[in-house]
Formats: sequence, C-alpha cells, structure tokens
Amino acid sequence: MPKSAKVSSLINLIGVFALYFLFLAIFESGIFGAKTDYFKGIATTACYTIIMVTSLNLLVGIMGEFSLGHAGFMSVGAYASAVFTNAIANSGIPDFPMFLLALLVGGAAAALTGFLVGVPALKLRGDYLCIVTVAFAEIIRVCFTNFKITGGGRTMSGIAKLSDFYWVYWVTVVCVTLMFLLIRSRFGRTVRAIREDYIAAEASGVNVTFYKVATFTISAFFAGVAGAIYAHYMTAMIPTSFNFAYSAEFLTEVIIGGAGSMTGSIIGATFLSALPEAMRTFARYRMLAYSIVLVIVMIFRPGGIFGTWEFSLTRLLKKIFRVKGTAPGGKGADAAKAGKTGKGASV
Amino acid sequence: MTEKKAVSAEVPKETPVLKAVHLGISFGGLKAVDDFNMEIGRSELVGLIGPNGAGKTTVFNLLTGVYKPTEGAFYLNGKKMNGRKTYQVVEEGIARTFQNIRLFKKMTVLENVKVAMNKDMHYSPLASIFRTNSFWREEHDTDERAMELLDIVGLGDKKDAMAMNLPYGQQRKLEIARALGTNMRLLLLDEPAAGMNPVETDELLDIINNIRRTFGISVLLIEHDMSLVMRVCERIQVIDYGVTIAKGTPEEIAHNPRVIEAYLGKQAEKEVLNMKDASGHVIGEEGSAAAADAEPDKAEKPDETAGAGTPNR
Repeated sequence: MPKSAKVSSLINLIGVFALYFLFLAIFESGIFGAKTDYFKGIATTACYTIIMVTSLNLLVGIMGEFSLGHAGFMSVGAYASAVFTNAIANSGIPDFPMFLLALLVGGAAAALTGFLVGVPALKLRGDYLCIVTVAFAEIIRVCFTNFKITGGGRTMSGIAKLSDFYWVYWVTVVCVTLMFLLIRSRFGRTVRAIREDYIAAEASGVNVTFYKVATFTISAFFAGVAGAIYAHYMTAMIPTSFNFAYSAEFLTEVIIGGAGSMTGSIIGATFLSALPEAMRTFARYRMLAYSIVLVIVMIFRPGGIFGTWEFSLTRLLKKIFRVKGTAPGGKGADAAKAGKTGKGASV
Repeated sequence: MTEKKAVSAEVPKETPVLKAVHLGISFGGLKAVDDFNMEIGRSELVGLIGPNGAGKTTVFNLLTGVYKPTEGAFYLNGKKMNGRKTYQVVEEGIARTFQNIRLFKKMTVLENVKVAMNKDMHYSPLASIFRTNSFWREEHDTDERAMELLDIVGLGDKKDAMAMNLPYGQQRKLEIARALGTNMRLLLLDEPAAGMNPVETDELLDIINNIRRTFGISVLLIEHDMSLVMRVCERIQVIDYGVTIAKGTPEEIAHNPRVIEAYLGKQAEKEVLNMKDASGHVIGEEGSAAAADAEPDKAEKPDETAGAGTPNR
C-alpha cells in the first residue's frame, strides 16, 4: 500500500471517529433536552436514506441506468429482515448480533431479488429499463399487500426496535466506504466504461451483461440493508409506503446531489431527509418549497450540485495546513468522511 | 511485453492469423455480405475497400461477433470463432477501432486504456475492498503497461486528460492504444484516417507500422483514403454489394476495371484507367466525407461523424 494511501485512510478514519464523538456529545449531553430522541430519529432517517441514495447512485451515476423502483428493493429488505427477526425473536440472541443478522438477511434477500430482476431486465437500456424497474416495485408492493406473512395489506407491527442511531451510524459508514472502494477499483472503472459507451466497452473485452447484473445486485443489496434499518427503526410498516413516490424521491436526491458523486448523494440525502422536518412549521408550503429548490438546482446546476466532484478530507487538510510531500488521492474513507459532513449538516 | 512476443512466436507461420471461409450474413432477404473469403498472415496489413454501403463495416461486425454469420465460418489462429460474443472474440485476440470514434469520453486517457486491460487483471472484489497488496501491485503494473502503450501512440504526456478533450487526431490514436490494451493478435481499423489532415495521417501510418513491427500484430484496414490504402497495404480486397469483386496487390487493384467501375460507374472507366492513384485519392476523400451509409454504427449517431470531421478541415 502506498504511503499516501495509508496516510489518507488514517486521516479519514480519524475524521469518522471525530464525527461519531461529536454526535455522541450532542446526544448524550442532552443539549436538546426532551427533543434529543426526535433529533436522533432524524439522524437515523438521514443514515438509511444515505445508504439508499448512494446505492442508487451506483446505478444512476456509475452505471448510467435509471431505476425508478429502488424502494422495491428496500421493501424486500425491510420485510425479509422483519420476518426473520420475528421468527428468531425468542432465541436469546443479543440485540447487536441480531441487528447485524437482520441487515445481512435484508441485504441478501434484496440482492437475490436484484439478481433475478436484473438478468432479464438488463437486456434493456434507458427508458425501457426504467419502466421495468417501476413495474418491479409495483409487483413487489402488490405481493406484500397480499402475502399473509407480511401482514396481508395491514400494517406489520411489533418489529423489534434494533436500529440504534450509533449502530446505524457505523453501518452507514461501512456501507458507503464499501461502495466507494468498489467504485475506485477495476470494477468501478469497468462499469463507468459501460456507462460511457457499452459498445466500445464490449469491444474492449468487457463482459457487459455480467458487470451490469453484478452492479444491479450490489446496489440492491445495499438497498436491502437500508430497508432492514428502516424496518427495525420504524418497528411498524405498510407495503404502500414503498411506493413510486418514494422511489422517485431517491432518484431526485441522486440527481440533485450530482449523479456519479458519492459526496453529492450523501449531502443530497441528508439535506432532503432533514428538510421536511425543518419545514414542519410551514407544512402547508413544504412541497412548494421542495419543488422550487428542485427547479432552481436543475436550472443552474444541471449536473447536480456536486457534479462528479468528490469531497476529500485529506485534500482539505492539505489545503489548510499546506503540508507538502503527501500525494493526493484520498481513497477509502473520503466518502465516509463526506458522510459525516453531510450528517453533521443535518443536525 | 515479452510474454506477448513469446505467445505469437508459437503460432506456426502456416496458420493464418485470420481465416474467413464463405462468410456471409443476410438481413431478411438482403445479403449484406456474401461468400467472403480472406486470409491474413502474421504481421500482414490487408486493406478492405469498397464504395459506400458495400458491406465493409458489416464484415467488421461479423469478425467481432456483433453479428452472427448466417453462412460460413471464420478462424483466429486456427480456432473457430463463430457464435462467440464480442467480448469473447476480444479475449481470443481480435480488437477493433470504430468508424465514428467511440471512446469513454468522461474518463481519463489512462483509464481508457486500463479498461481494455481489465480482462487481464485478476484481483477480486474483496481484494479491492481491503486494498490488499495484489490490488496495489496489479493497479501499478497495469498503469505502467498502459503508459508504455500510450507512449507508443504518443499520448504519454496526456494520461490525465479527459478523453473528450483530446483533439480529433489524438482521439483516433487513443482508440488504437485502447485496442492494443486488449493484447490482441489482429487489429481491425475502421477508417482510421477519416477526418485527419495529411500530417496526422502520416503520423498514424508510422504508428500502425510501428505496432506491427513491435508486436507482430496483423492489421485489417477499412479506408476510403485511397492514397493511404495504396501506400500501406500489402494486399487489398475490394467488395461491392457484399460481394468480393477483386483481390490483389495495390498495383493490380488500381488497374482493375471492375474496381473502377464499382467506384465510378462504367463510363468513367476508360478515362480513369489512364490516370494514376492521385485521382483515386480525390474520389476517396469525397467518399469519406459523405460517408452516411446504411452501416449500423453510423446509423446510431450520424451527427458525430459529421461534426467530428469538420474541425480539421
């Protein structure tokens, strides 16, 4: 491992911890008094939204295909994990391993679904694929409204409350870092090549179908993890909440933040999940303001607020201290770091 | 680079690098290519010419697995390649460039080449997540090899530029470097000189000859620029309406009445026979500028060819 990469991972690790302790200090000191739980809730929401939006960014920004059914994968992950934890609720497993297991089950279920949907659907491109993803999410919704095991259209309640904010924080850091590391490897490079020109990619020896299905599956996996967090945070859910509007919201957040920029996804997700709460007092004008923000961004920054730019803590520190000698290219934890800035902004 | 030479040395000289036998494809009732036969030996440079819509690019698409031949077969180093997908054909050693340049525009020059080298990289997703030694080593080695290739086409100092920001001639060269990255035996060049000025064309020729010498690569060239074809090709095959109408050395082709007829029509035949290659040159130029034939690559993005060709003229 080159020295610069080591330094930069260390810097980012410190950054992630610093933000963690900042949250710890804010929430444990009781600055907000009775409102602490409320703010913790917003922060948790921001976290799973970040996972959702970055995972969707893998498809939209890196692979260049639109998906309007990402809430469908979230729904699969949420219900699979909820059914799983309900089934083993009395086995005496401590909360934390149980939480991790739930995440894995949610992720695996969604990944499997993603694979099964991806194999036939990824023969399509662009608009056609987009329509298929919409249809997929609708099918999932209708299935879950009718399956007995998912509550048969009624609210599925009584799910164990496992999603503690501090755990969720670390899960988010890990998920975002994993995605970031994958993007900055030969896999990400190949998938970006497919986005740029799939014919040329194929002619350069890239098995386009394989990489597309793999990306779709990975993206679905993380959406499933987000779904599992959601289920164990809300403790009650109904299939209709994973509707088209919810999928569209994620896509909006990707586009606003900048397709292809993890930083953009993280900040977009944080901003847009905190915004409705911040504007609760003007509830009547909320949607109006939301739309205006979208229109303004699209007019002045058609590539999204951040375009494809990535925040790097290493670079920032270097600018501040003008340290010489260490090479640029903060890998790994840049995204995680950016995640923190984003979440910091939300609170 | 050494292992590359070793591999090609094992191929007996008698086995042609490419052998196409009665290759043909029909779209519905239309025979786009019919009874196409060709042999290319090691390090040979063969030209494929013909008027617009003659089926040249269709031949390329057949040889790269984009289309499945409805008749006949083709072999690479004696290995039957029918029915393989494009990326599998590339793995066996056929690489191509495109008539209308197809680069990964929003990626850097170096990344463009590294994408083509992906098939020879082996580290796993887990290795990239944990940034293991194999990750750093392979990325580093690939960087170095890619830089060697970029130096060969003269783009070594542009490695961090976005591909879309390169001037037209350099984009062509980058396409060649990317094709080289796939470690191929046979390079298919689809109108590499289209839209280039004479200086750029000469540079391109040097590059092509250089890579043939260095890597022992065989080249199949589609070109409208007659002077170029006449100058570099060892053998030329002419097709018209999907049918081979002539084969031979540049000299023979230049004086073949059927070829002249195909290009100019019957009346012009006698007049042209007396003129030399220079006239062919002019005709070819016109052909490439008009160039909007029914070939599929074109049909997708017709605007690109037209737009990209103009700045240099």
